[in-house]
Amino acid sequence: MMKIVVCVKAVPDPQQACNIRIDPVTKTLMRCEVPLVLNPLDKNAMQAALDLKEQFDAHITALSMGPPDAEGIVRECLALGADQGILLSDRAFAGADAYATAYTLATAIAKIGPVHVIFCGMASSDGSTEWVGPEIASFLDLPVVTMVEEIVECRSLQWKVKASLAHGYRLMQVQLPAVFTVTRELNTPRALVFSGIIKARKKSIVRWGIDDLGVPAEAVGLKGSPTIVSKLTTTQSKREVNILTGTREEKATQLLQKLVDSGVV
Amino acid sequence: MIDFTFTEEQEMFRKAAREFAEIQVAPKVAEMEETGEVCDEVVKALGEAEMMALTIPEEYGGLGLGYTARLIALEEISKVSVGTAMMLQVFALGIEPIIKFGTEEQKKKYLPALAKGKRLASTAVTEATGGSDPTGIRTSYRKEGNDYILNGRKCFITNSHIADTITTLAKDDENPKAFSTFILEKGMEGFKPTHKEHKLGMRGCNTGELAIENCRVPAKNLVGGEGKGMRVALGAIGDVGRGGMVGCALGLQAACLEASVTFANERILYGKPISNLQAIQNKLAQMKIDLEAGRLLGYRAAAIQDKGGRSSNEFAVAKYFTTEAAQKAAKMALDIHGGYGCMEEYAVSRYLRDSFVLGPSAGTSDIMKVIIARWVLS
Ligand SMILES: Cc1cc2nc3c(=O)[nH]c(=O)nc-3n(C[C@H](O)[C@H](O)[C@@H](O)COP(=O)(O)OP(=O)(O)OC[C@H]3O[C@@H](n4cnc5c(N)ncnc54)[C@H](O)[C@@H]3O)c2cc1C
Ligand SMILES: Cc1cc2nc3c(=O)[nH]c(=O)nc-3n(C[C@H](O)[C@H](O)[C@H](O)COP(=O)(O)OP(=O)(O)OC[C@H]3O[C@@H](n4cnc5c(N)ncnc54)[C@H](O)[C@@H]3O)c2cc1C
Repeated sequence: MMKIVVCVKAVPDPQQACNIRIDPVTKTLMRCEVPLVLNPLDKNAMQAALDLKEQFDAHITALSMGPPDAEGIVRECLALGADQGILLSDRAFAGADAYATAYTLATAIAKIGPVHVIFCGMASSDGSTEWVGPEIASFLDLPVVTMVEEIVECRSLQWKVKASLAHGYRLMQVQLPAVFTVTRELNTPRALVFSGIIKARKKSIVRWGIDDLGVPAEAVGLKGSPTIVSKLTTTQSKREVNILTGTREEKATQLLQKLVDSGVV
Repeated sequence: MIDFTFTEEQEMFRKAAREFAEIQVAPKVAEMEETGEVCDEVVKALGEAEMMALTIPEEYGGLGLGYTARLIALEEISKVSVGTAMMLQVFALGIEPIIKFGTEEQKKKYLPALAKGKRLASTAVTEATGGSDPTGIRTSYRKEGNDYILNGRKCFITNSHIADTITTLAKDDENPKAFSTFILEKGMEGFKPTHKEHKLGMRGCNTGELAIENCRVPAKNLVGGEGKGMRVALGAIGDVGRGGMVGCALGLQAACLEASVTFANERILYGKPISNLQAIQNKLAQMKIDLEAGRLLGYRAAAIQDKGGRSSNEFAVAKYFTTEAAQKAAKMALDIHGGYGCMEEYAVSRYLRDSFVLGPSAGTSDIMKVIIARWVLS
């Protein structure tokens, strides 16, 4: 049986982004004001797992680290078709940066037992470092392909995937087990259906805290996070309109000068 | 005391219905408005999203989720398209007599395909001579051997041209006090949809006439026994029909409020958004009050219905209140939009037209008051 873990993050609803605030003192997101939803790209990650489950005998675990409220998104994954949910929730995990998050998730994956495929979103919509997937791979000593936009071949333990690049793509061959971070091009996530929600009644969500993972408190959460967010500023983008006057040649010269002055050319 | 919160699962149903409406229905609204025709993709999507299965028991291929879940789904779909919610509401209304009064054979024959959306349902009571007064109908039946022969015309029937299974009320040819309900099926000889209506609103939801000429209906298509027709057909309209209209109305109320808030925050006059004006705030507050009150009435009635209690009186109150409130909300939304509200680019002009179609369906406001007064005086 193909064992799949999908890492899913609860993020403040991006549709209510204008209400998201950052605490000026702790420099963390003030999450409580905005409802938590499943990170958009993690829906693609879930769909990738569900597509595999349609082809093969597969077992899907949805894994999330977050506050107790994050249980809602894990339940949603069960309703979408995951077989099992695990929520890593403990005060000790709070304040984690990408490194500590990946360490905690990797420890949980190791506890789950042998898995073949680990899917992550390419990025979260809030933190958006894009590091968590590769860092999980590194902690578990597994190969990783980021920005997967197509799974080309998955009949054996040698997968072929197409991954995006700034000006093209990479065609990669990977030996499972491996970590994949996915883009929205990979698939179109299916919507929740009522029967899925009913089926989720019978599925359980396991909650693991620091004792279940058996990790030292210094390795997780804020204490285990090497990142220091030293300063936070809000950026402002301003537009300005300049109308150039003169003959065509004069206008071209002025435009060129402006581009040089602003460092574009 | 009473717990007024939705369960986590009900919230997820709402999310599922909202996503469905936004992804599958919203892109088709303009087309439905323009053509006035049913959009096949929407009907197919409703089936795939299991929307027709909500009230059908699990043993017949449905989801058995009951009426609160149905109200949630209707409210969310109606927020995006009242016409689509109306179509869905009458599917359930057409199915209900089979669920409640059907024989085991009828349930096994019809319900599984209806649950999958492979067959579509409707209910046909109204005629030119009988709307508010269903005893005025003229469609008649007479027994011939093991069959019944039906003759008559039905009007204002939702899903008239797309439904396959239509629970139809008819009068005994020989006894004007006896009524029976039959399952008519698309393709039966002597039974066909004729005129299609062009409605003020709820465009994209099909309404039309049915002609029944010497239509031979086997006795096995009789629902709930001969002479029990009023109870069978009107019983379903009392709770499922009115409840469905409450869902349509609540969605429209919510849509009016949402559009108004957005517009009031965006429209700048005197250097500030008009949401700063008390006259505008007053309207927004009134819409919110009516929406909250309507929800309490509607979901309370649905909760009674889910418990198996008699809910038709509570639904009469909720239907009256929410359909009237939806009309007021649509007018206020239009007013808040000023001249823009009269332009078809703005959804509020559609809301206003739709709001006027909510009234008559499943009984007018006058009739709701007749029912409520009877309840009070009983
Ligand atoms: C203002 C601000 C600045 C920050 N700056 C930094 C910084 O400079 N360096 C740093 O390391 N952190 C920083 N953080 C914290 C960081 O954003 C996240 O909280 C971190 O825990 C996860 O990284 P990410 O959200 O960037 O995930 P990404 O790497 O963008 O997420 C990719 C995928 O990883 C998986 N994933 C991520 N988080 C979880 C989770 N909790 N549970 C399950 N799966 C998950 C999902 O599949 C997700 O799609 C900052 C936070 C804030 C609010
Ligand atoms: C969009 C739409 C969809 C419909 N779908 C269906 C369907 O699927 N199946 C179906 O069978 N029918 C359907 N109907 C018909 C609907 O049920 C009737 O229109 C409704 O019952 C009113 O009947 P009527 O139109 O004949 O009006 P009438 O009964 O002629 O009413 C005319 C006026 O008299 C008033 N009135 C009547 N009786 C009283 C009274 N006792 N006291 C005070 N005032 C009274 C009414 O309120 C109204 O103002 C639909 C109607 C619409 C508009």
